[in-house]
Amino acid sequence: MTGYTPELRELIKKVEATRPQRVERARKGEHFPALTMEERKQWLNKYHPDFKSEERSKVRVGPNKDAVFPDEVRVLLESRSRLDPSGIDLSKADYSTDVLVIGAGGAGTAAALTAEQAGCKVLVATKLRHGDANTVMAEGGIQGADQEGDSPYYHYLDVMGGGHFTNQPDLASALTHDAPLILYWLESLGVLFDKLPDGRMKVRHGGGTCRKRMHSAGDMTGAEIMRVLMDEARNRTEGIKVLEFSPAVELLTDKSGHVVGAVLYNLETKEYYIIRAKAVIMATGGFGRLHIQGFATTNHYGATADGIVMAYRAGVELQDLESTQYHPTGVVYPEQNVGLLITEKVRGLGAQLTNVDGSEFCFPLEPRDVESSCIIRECLDSGKAVTTPTGRVGVWLDSPMIDMLHGEGTVRKELPAKHIQFKRYDIDISKFPMIVYPTLHYQNGGLKINEWGETAVPGLYSAGEVSGGVHGKNRLMGNSLLDVLVFGRRSAMRAVEYAKGLKGDLVPTLNHVKAFHEELKKAGIMDEACVGPMLIPDYSPDHVKKRQWGVATLRE
Amino acid sequence: MADEKNKLKPLATGDRTIPPEDAKMIPVFIMGREYTVPETLTVMKAVEYAGYTYVRGCGCRGGICGACATFYRFIGDYKLRAGLACQTIVEPNMIIVQLPFFPANRPGYDLENLGGDPHEALRSLYPEVFKCVGCGTCTRTCPMDIDVMDYIALMKRGDLKGAAYKSFDCVLCGLCASRCPAQISQFTAAMFVRRLYGKTGLPRAAHLEKRVEEVKGGKYEKVMKELVAKDMEEVKKLYVDREREPDLAEPGKWLPEDKKYL
Repeated sequence: MTGYTPELRELIKKVEATRPQRVERARKGEHFPALTMEERKQWLNKYHPDFKSEERSKVRVGPNKDAVFPDEVRVLLESRSRLDPSGIDLSKADYSTDVLVIGAGGAGTAAALTAEQAGCKVLVATKLRHGDANTVMAEGGIQGADQEGDSPYYHYLDVMGGGHFTNQPDLASALTHDAPLILYWLESLGVLFDKLPDGRMKVRHGGGTCRKRMHSAGDMTGAEIMRVLMDEARNRTEGIKVLEFSPAVELLTDKSGHVVGAVLYNLETKEYYIIRAKAVIMATGGFGRLHIQGFATTNHYGATADGIVMAYRAGVELQDLESTQYHPTGVVYPEQNVGLLITEKVRGLGAQLTNVDGSEFCFPLEPRDVESSCIIRECLDSGKAVTTPTGRVGVWLDSPMIDMLHGEGTVRKELPAKHIQFKRYDIDISKFPMIVYPTLHYQNGGLKINEWGETAVPGLYSAGEVSGGVHGKNRLMGNSLLDVLVFGRRSAMRAVEYAKGLKGDLVPTLNHVKAFHEELKKAGIMDEACVGPMLIPDYSPDHVKKRQWGVATLRE
Repeated sequence: MADEKNKLKPLATGDRTIPPEDAKMIPVFIMGREYTVPETLTVMKAVEYAGYTYVRGCGCRGGICGACATFYRFIGDYKLRAGLACQTIVEPNMIIVQLPFFPANRPGYDLENLGGDPHEALRSLYPEVFKCVGCGTCTRTCPMDIDVMDYIALMKRGDLKGAAYKSFDCVLCGLCASRCPAQISQFTAAMFVRRLYGKTGLPRAAHLEKRVEEVKGGKYEKVMKELVAKDMEEVKKLYVDREREPDLAEPGKWLPEDKKYL
């Protein structure tokens, strides 16, 4: 069962019928007209998931009370603890450590290495395996101003412009200022960067950059960085202990509300562990697996916003969390590639988007958020969607145009990874179009931090996608890998300082959870509250759920 | 949580599978027990369709993290096959098991103090690499189509650069090691060799080292502080006016007209 189904092959004929004409026009430089600024605004308001008023609502408790978030986020922010805060003996700790890192992706591992280097004992708690994170999925590269014609100054301007100037300036400054240090650190850890024979880094442009500063390691830069960091952590087991399959489910605070540890939950033995830590670094990643408004996602299985939920209860304010990055062209078919990214380069090389009739419906290189809106409109409003055998909708991305425009073999040469990814399922994208739909790509917002990854709650630090403000409401390619490493290291430096300066015994409580539950009761929503954090997404189909007698809406 | 809403939509959403009415159903055997699932699903989604919830054995769901190493056979076929659950399509009468974990040999080391001879370092950490019997099972098992046996041969010969790049696509799933009659943990040895080559074989970037000295010396602190303090309208203007490095500029040669901020 490979390639396109007979039904889809029938539909492809419609795209093929209009293709020669479209290529002819493209050769003359004629394109579907781009939207005017006014139209852009209109379409964004009407179709971009961020601007939809339904499926978004006000959160009724916590530091961001009355702010509007997507329902999936709001429901979790209003969730109650898995724990009964008054029924637990917190007097004995199962582990005591200087620094507890929650999450073991790029940010968590960078933080652990940095804290260990500074002489601290580090415990890393992670929900899945060490290295299970969006970090491994970053293909494109990592930015850093290390070339002669570049400097952090220009990198900063690019970051701010990309974020529509909504970024928190001190965070953007920290990000770009530290970038060369991060690249150097990675190089010295043995990351196989793409280099020229004399050792000079190979660099490219990315969307929205004014300098060529995209560094890469093949087309799996994130995976290479992650496995190197993980390998190094495994060389330092004296100072870094990693507990896999043991997510944190609640922070612990002392009587002043300072964070002094966490409660972990062993997903396999169902045991809870009490951790005392002088400082805690939150590095749990993003929220793609909440499938905001039902969107497929490019994100890792573990991206369920756990850190946001825990920190929110402890009093950390959120910023920009209402804003989500959707990549316009995520794969919809074949099923095994659903949600995966089709790089912008495909459209850059001339591939157009067409609807089920083979007609163009938008300019193919609108900004990401606008392009996504156009596709959503065509599918849900205009009713011109292509429907896949598994019931998904999308539009055609007419990749065969690329070879027609630039010569036979261009697809294979310029898009080798994508070509192979589809070839595996008997689809030659240089001959047949792909079916795409916007896919949930990045959590733009998150916990509010300062340039050292400090939250407003003493003892609690935050790094990576779980934090907000670095990229404002839109992130540029190549800055997320940089983000996790810069703020992983920065937060660890401050956490170490804080831990070393801490006097007296740690007396952990769950007072903040008690108070949060009180707030839920007061708001009259304790009974409807689901249990959070979510930990594991639920993909069991309805026919199975119906037979799971007695299992509540959330597992456990 | 989102279930209520999803029910209202006729479309498949998120990663949950909603097969069309007329989907062809096929029998598969998950750890030997029969389930009926729609064809065209991946092994991973078929397992979820059957009602399992993954804790182990599921990661990026996109073929890069190595969490879902899977063995399978077809009824009536002697051949043992391997793949990643998120990248393999179910077929009728497939008998499936996933590896939740596989123990590998991974001696610790200090990358900064490995002595002079990289090949010797490899020999002392991974002597078993040199006992490869050349059966090729690893290569046939690799879900990333890496010629594992060949990179092991390159390691034996001391071609660490060759081994580093030949093994580059490795996702550390452990399938190779699970089938090796010489009990080699190929993927951990390859990890070591890639780092070793990255550290000692690849020439360092001189321009990066220079920039790091500048950053550490505080060269950009003042200018960044000024930028952060600037009015956003002014930043917008600087953004709009910035000069763009040409796509085809020669590496390290291009400089902007305004050199004040370099």
